[in-house]
Amino acid sequence: MLGNTIALLVYLFIISFFGFLGYRHTKTSTDYLLGGRQIHPMIMALSYGATFISTSAIVGFGGAAGTLGMGLLWLTFLNILLGIFIAFVVFGKRTRRMGYSLDAHTFPELLGNRFDSKFIQGFAGVVIFLFMPIYTAAVLKGGTDFIQTHFGISYEISLLFFAAVVALYVWMGGLKGVMYTDAFQGGIMFLGMIFLIIYTYSKLGGVTSAHDQLTHLFDNPDVQEQTAGLVKGGFAGWTSMPKTGSPTWWSLITTIIMGVGIGVLAQPPLVVRFMTVKSNRELNRAVVSGGIFILVTTGVAYIIGPLSNLFFFEETGSIATIAAGGNDKIIPMFIKNYVPGWFGVIFFLALVAAAMSTLSSQFHAMGTAVGRDVYEKAMNKKGNTILITKTGILVAILISVTLAYLANQLDTSMQIIATGTAMFFGLCAASFLPAYISALFIRTISKEAIIAGMVTGFVVGIFWIFFIHEKEASSLQLCMALFNKTSLVKETGLAKLAMVDPIVVALPSSVIATTIGALVKKCTLSQQHLDKCFKA
Amino acid sequence: MIGISDSWILLAYLLCALSTIACVVYGVINWNKGAKSESDDFQEESDWKKKESEIEESL
Repeated sequence: MLGNTIALLVYLFIISFFGFLGYRHTKTSTDYLLGGRQIHPMIMALSYGATFISTSAIVGFGGAAGTLGMGLLWLTFLNILLGIFIAFVVFGKRTRRMGYSLDAHTFPELLGNRFDSKFIQGFAGVVIFLFMPIYTAAVLKGGTDFIQTHFGISYEISLLFFAAVVALYVWMGGLKGVMYTDAFQGGIMFLGMIFLIIYTYSKLGGVTSAHDQLTHLFDNPDVQEQTAGLVKGGFAGWTSMPKTGSPTWWSLITTIIMGVGIGVLAQPPLVVRFMTVKSNRELNRAVVSGGIFILVTTGVAYIIGPLSNLFFFEETGSIATIAAGGNDKIIPMFIKNYVPGWFGVIFFLALVAAAMSTLSSQFHAMGTAVGRDVYEKAMNKKGNTILITKTGILVAILISVTLAYLANQLDTSMQIIATGTAMFFGLCAASFLPAYISALFIRTISKEAIIAGMVTGFVVGIFWIFFIHEKEASSLQLCMALFNKTSLVKETGLAKLAMVDPIVVALPSSVIATTIGALVKKCTLSQQHLDKCFKA
Repeated sequence: MIGISDSWILLAYLLCALSTIACVVYGVINWNKGAKSESDDFQEESDWKKKESEIEESL
């Protein structure tokens, strides 16, 4: 306990120092919003990775893997292929250049300036400000669950302490401070996860032996009894994919793998990272560290989650989700009970680091959405951008903390963290991805087509979340209050749709609306403006 | 192979490793490319624009 506290204090001191460093070097709003566009590639890649991977990925999705099995490794693959390779090489370079020529400081501003539309910038800003708190709350819950389990203090106090520390250094440093600390935290996360995978595999007698034991664990009669409910839903063991077409399969493929795997391409805090480096060389170099980082962080979490069942079962006779008391507690309990104390401290710091780096970028993104995109640009008001942004951050923190508090009241068998994260990623993909791709690659698309796509994707996504996708609609309870059932399609011929994640319907709707808009309305942007966008 | 019999899981396991290797190889090959950002960008963009006008003309 004393060791944990000392390590935590040293850690807090170091990140305060980085926050202060960022504060000292932040003089203009470009410094505050984009780190002055002069960030080192290693810092950028580690910051991107640390922002991308949070407690949500490690605790939430690691816990989901503990229940659903190694099928989540498909998400790691998509994260590396789309989230790093395609994002950096295909999207990153154009985003960097276009962001620079259009003097864009935020993701909504990039879209708004590209199509010369205040509505697009304001709409994107409002979506980010209103819905990112769901994701932020999921990340906060991940960190808080871990602090609660590790230190044995109440959820509420852990939550307040955690939110206060993050708020302080985002408030101080702007994006420079955030990216310095992110890089430092990314380093801790990386080492922590490497230790964890080596330790776990060696404890279980090597890679093949560990997987073999996990495969055979499913044959144990006690395990069969405990997983009976899961098997009914399609679960087929931790080293197998769920039964094709079953509710678990739909949840794994559409919500977890597709929602997050595709949604990452249109994540505002990640897109902004591309605009912080000065040339394509930095992005080329960042692909190396980014790829390795994602493999080590998420890959390890999705392997450790399922393997934790062997440890829990041997000691308690129960599978992980039962022994730990819920999906989101699997990774924290595993670290607390089955790894050596000294490593617990390192991992504790890695997780706090993971959560803080993501949270700080989220708060930064929400603050800039309000200060820059909605207030200054969409509403055309003049004022102190940094002050308005900071006020936006404060409001965003309050909403997120309230949501994280409420999330703890939900049913623990739900994968709350993973679901909240996937919900926001899916909504971002549906609202922003067709617009973002069009902005970068289709020169003559009209702004009306972009608006049609963004609004359609958003509306269909929200409708599906609140009224069709049962997993979310039943928790949000609006459908129940209005129609007295957990999903509009329940007990109808379309009941299977209740298992399909919003992204599967909302993203294609957005693409169709954008295409129709492009066919109906021709681009009216001036040649001069388009030349500026594409800098030719 | 490596104690995993479901070929979909095994494939995901292998693809994770292969995609990381691809990232490393790409980054190393292009380690020093793209440094002189403005001229590189200009060339790339004018090539792109030329191609775009060709397509527009053919349409």
